[in-house]
Amino acid sequence: MSGREGRLAPRPTGAPPLGSPDPSGRAPAGDATGAAVELRGLRQAFGELVTLDGVDLRVPPHGRLAVVGPSGGGKSTLLGLVAGLLEPSAGSVLVGGEGDWRQRLRRCALMPQKDLLLPWRSALDNACLALENQGLPRAEARRRARPLFERFGLGEFERSLPGQLSGGMRQRVAFLRTLLAGKQVLLLDEPFGALDSITRGRMQEWLGEALAAQPSTVMLVTHDVEEALLLGDVVAVLSARPGRIVHRLEVGFDRGGPRREVVATQAFVAARQEILEALE
Amino acid sequence: MRRRGSGGTAGAGMRRRGSEGTAGAPARRGDWRRYLPAAVLVAAGIAAWEAAIRLLRVPDYLLPAPSAIVADFGPDGRLLLDNSLVTLREMALGLLLAVAAGLALAVVLHLSGTLRRALYPILIGSQTIPIVVLAPILVILLGFDLAPKVAIVALICFFPIVVNTVDGLRSVDEDLVRMMRTLDGSRWAILKRVELPSALPQSLSGMRVAATYAAIGAVFGEWAGSSAGLGYLMLQATPNLDTPRIFAAIVILTALSLGLFLLIRALERLLVPWARPAPRAASVQRP
Repeated sequence: MSGREGRLAPRPTGAPPLGSPDPSGRAPAGDATGAAVELRGLRQAFGELVTLDGVDLRVPPHGRLAVVGPSGGGKSTLLGLVAGLLEPSAGSVLVGGEGDWRQRLRRCALMPQKDLLLPWRSALDNACLALENQGLPRAEARRRARPLFERFGLGEFERSLPGQLSGGMRQRVAFLRTLLAGKQVLLLDEPFGALDSITRGRMQEWLGEALAAQPSTVMLVTHDVEEALLLGDVVAVLSARPGRIVHRLEVGFDRGGPRREVVATQAFVAARQEILEALE
Repeated sequence: MRRRGSGGTAGAGMRRRGSEGTAGAPARRGDWRRYLPAAVLVAAGIAAWEAAIRLLRVPDYLLPAPSAIVADFGPDGRLLLDNSLVTLREMALGLLLAVAAGLALAVVLHLSGTLRRALYPILIGSQTIPIVVLAPILVILLGFDLAPKVAIVALICFFPIVVNTVDGLRSVDEDLVRMMRTLDGSRWAILKRVELPSALPQSLSGMRVAATYAAIGAVFGEWAGSSAGLGYLMLQATPNLDTPRIFAAIVILTALSLGLFLLIRALERLLVPWARPAPRAASVQRP
């Protein structure tokens, strides 16, 4: 298995942004302060259990924020709040300047921890789900999804049912499904948490390249420090319950090249150390 | 990735093939072997029955030998066939009506919490009424034709279909619904693309149970008032002590029930191939 596997085909110049049905309609999301996602004094409690307390975060348009934190620390809750699936107990969540949950739902696409592919739909039809929900006939939805399958190395598995795909491929289909929704904000909830570490490493490389060609704003939560440093421009550290942001790190170093080389650079090691200390 | 992926697909396929031969796996090729013990037992029972009747010289009108029942199919073949078709029609139409009404009510109960709270207890309570005793009332209401029989069959078959479909709709993975909501899924889209397909396996097993009730409904309907059908034949045969004919009718009724049951099993294989346990189990552990 060479390092070439999982690489993307070169993106044709002049091609519209991935997953965007209408490139011109994808104005950068931002309010008066210019943030695509803004959380202020966010608090979330389920009865007695306070999962988030006083979270302030800001993601600029096209920004990549990785939130790293311990398991069970309210990371999924954070994304649920941004996505409009939950309403905060206190504080505010703004996506593109809008606080209403319906507006948030419209602007965000959430890629959940589990791949949640529908077992009765082929890989291609699973990826088409959002397009069909948006009212596109299935044939047209397939026509739009197909080039992405080619580009993301899934071309020959279009017709496979999820049960016939490996975990890594299922995760890629789930990512394409999220991408094809054509939303301003992509929310990724531990996208590779269920994979073994070898596959996960390869998938992180793959996702890094896929996101590089993406104009969307990305917010990713993970408990994997390396994943956060490889995929985020900014890494925020969420404390254990009740979660609040205890550290912030701008990823300034070069992340080009194979993953195993990047993770061995001095800058990467130092950054990892800094985050691990903040997590303690 | 490509190489690894295609290897993975072949692996899953092999695993599936391997599991089909194992005992208890609901696989097409293993079917005859699974039913073999039951078939042997039934054959042995029939043989013992035949032997006992001959040895003890039991008269036909008390308990006919299997050979006498089979012999009845000869002269009465045409009669039995015509009346079987009448009963089959009642069973099939009643079951179809129950499926349509059952699915519709299940969806309504699923979509509206208020209606569910209002109707579900009544629905459960209604099952304490032995529905077959309603047959005479339905005959008075609907006449001596097809209608009251179809109604009785539908009333009996309706319940397992509604309950199983409602349960299936309610046990859909909540995360799937959340996923659909962030992908612009309307209530209708979620129902159509996620909830109904997810509930289908359980709904179909409700239909399978319902299919076995259909014969009971049809016969009771005919006993309450009819001029044709297997139940009618049985009523006619009783005063004449024509026991072989009663048994012949019972054999046919059993075959009709089994036929409907197998038809729904075939439908399950066709509609929900993904719900078969073997391929899914093989895929879960795959990295």
